[in-house]
Amino acid sequence: MEAVQLTKNFGSFAAVSGLNLKVQGTKCVGFLGPNGAGKTTTMKMFTGLITATGGAALINGVDVTKDKKAALASCSTLIETPEIYSALTPREALSMLCEIRGVPKAERRKRIDESLGLVKMTEWEDKRVGSFSKGMKQRVNVASTLLSDPEVIILDEPSTGLDPRGMAEVRSIVMSLKDRLIFMSSHLLAEVTEVCQEVAMIDHGKLLVYDTIENVTAKFAGGGGAVEVGFTRAVDEGLVSRVSQLSGVQTVTRTNERHIVVRFDPNLTARDKLFEGIAGLKAGAVSFEQSSGLEDAYLSLIKETL
Amino acid sequence: MSTKARVGSLSQIGTITRYNFLNYFRARRFYVMLGIILLISLLLTVLVGYYRPVSFLGIPGEPVSLAVLGFYGAGWGGFISLVVIISAAFFGGDAISGEFQNRTGYFLVPNPIRRSAIYVGKWIAALAASTIIVLIFAAIILANGLYYFPGNVPWQFEQSVAFAWVYLVAALSLTFAFSSLFKSSAISILMSVILLLIVFGVIDTVSSVVVGIEPWYSITYGAGIVTNILSPVFPPHMQTQSFGSVLGGANRTNARFEVTTFNATVPEGLEILVIYFIVMALLGLWLFERKEFTS
Ligand SMILES: Nc1ncnc2c1ncn2[C@@H]1O[C@H](COP(=O)(O)OP(=O)(O)OP(=O)(O)O)[C@@H](O)[C@H]1O
Ligand SMILES: [Mg+2]
Repeated sequence: MEAVQLTKNFGSFAAVSGLNLKVQGTKCVGFLGPNGAGKTTTMKMFTGLITATGGAALINGVDVTKDKKAALASCSTLIETPEIYSALTPREALSMLCEIRGVPKAERRKRIDESLGLVKMTEWEDKRVGSFSKGMKQRVNVASTLLSDPEVIILDEPSTGLDPRGMAEVRSIVMSLKDRLIFMSSHLLAEVTEVCQEVAMIDHGKLLVYDTIENVTAKFAGGGGAVEVGFTRAVDEGLVSRVSQLSGVQTVTRTNERHIVVRFDPNLTARDKLFEGIAGLKAGAVSFEQSSGLEDAYLSLIKETL
Repeated sequence: MSTKARVGSLSQIGTITRYNFLNYFRARRFYVMLGIILLISLLLTVLVGYYRPVSFLGIPGEPVSLAVLGFYGAGWGGFISLVVIISAAFFGGDAISGEFQNRTGYFLVPNPIRRSAIYVGKWIAALAASTIIVLIFAAIILANGLYYFPGNVPWQFEQSVAFAWVYLVAALSLTFAFSSLFKSSAISILMSVILLLIVFGVIDTVSSVVVGIEPWYSITYGAGIVTNILSPVFPPHMQTQSFGSVLGGANRTNARFEVTTFNATVPEGLEILVIYFIVMALLGLWLFERKEFTS
């Protein structure tokens, strides 16, 4: 997949501007950015839902604008939350896609059964989609991307509308998809950390960084470590300043009423000393959690939303 | 990595047609449409059977060949335009706009398939569904006709059914173009109905009566052949009638009032309908190819 000077303007507003990004090989690439950054817009240009104002979107070397049919020949997609013809059943809707994508007749049944099994929709396979809940429809949409054994899979926030178990299932489905390129946008950084090897971040339609998660974390997460500390009662200014004075602590940020994130010196080897210090304050600390490196990197790269 | 055989566009059109037809066939709309024509047919059957109007069954003493034409002219000719227009609007009016408004296009379009294959496949499905409606209506009229005039089906009725189908093809092409133009299903259906039922009729009248120009550019003018073929004598292509007389002496000759009416001949009517079909199909496809999935 390659974007070359990819640009999309809506009137005078540039939703994506001059995006250059080349992802290849067999791996999972997370596509991150705040709301309105241009993630969906980029993916729509890659799937022929909208036409680029300038530049090109290539899949397997084929320009999607010039020949969508060839470009998407071995690519499956899930953009935003598609709807299925309401009078069809999941089995029928997926059969339709199998035929369009050229899944051999002999394999269709097996593929459909497997895909619906993975998203736990087997029980509903012969009910009409029209009566399904949002999450059930999204499960069928996820199943639809697994039918044709594609080389490239483009997923735009695939776990939208799914229940907690559904999200975990999508995560494990994506992790189980070996030997292919997956390009997935998501706001769930834990999900991205777990399933992706690389991340691309965009903001205001421009690429900020594209690298492996380790490199991005090392470069932008401030180098040091961070822990999130939870308290039994509200955190006040006094407590924040007392934690700040502990040795090795660099910054203390209150994330919500009862939580703070403590960043500490990268050279601090004995974290237990720090935890002892915080516990010693007798302020009612109840939890210590490793703060996600990707989240730190994200927050330092993307300063403000919109 | 498995390399899959590329699927030909023709086979993809077939797929789109089959599943869209299945969707139509199960949807409430198809049965509403069926209900409408069954209601019209039932009313016709009951009213004609009870009141035995001369417009349907002929004046006593009239030759049977005239009476039977009168029956098909009133029963079929009186309603078929409405049936064609409503079918075309129901099945075509939101065929494309629905893909945007209902977001079903997000499921279908990002696949290795040309947009034109989706368009053509959906068009054929809509044609199949609305042809069934028109044929059911024709069958009921025919059954009634055979009851009153056993063994006597005028060739004009057969031609009229064929012309009605050509009109349906042209009208569906037009409603599909409308459905590509608008993003809202309700608006595209409504605009299709208003246009075919009212606007074109007004244009026909204004053009011929007020301006005196033959409305050769109007689809409903071309569709006139569907009913005109059922007249005992096919109406003349152009006819000028004068009303009033010379009033107030020799200088006021302009006070005379003239009305020109036009009727498309059969070849001309077919030509208009076929041109509508081609032009609107290309226009609609062109619009759909350029339409963006933004929401
Ligand atoms: N049809 C449109 N007309 C005008 N502006 C649009 C249109 N569609 C999208 N935009 C703008 O383009 C920008 C990018 O939108 P996009 O949907 O790509 O964001 P995103 O990164 O997917 O955000 P999210 O995380 O909320 O899904 C937004 O500022 C949005 O307002
Ligand atoms: Mg989005």
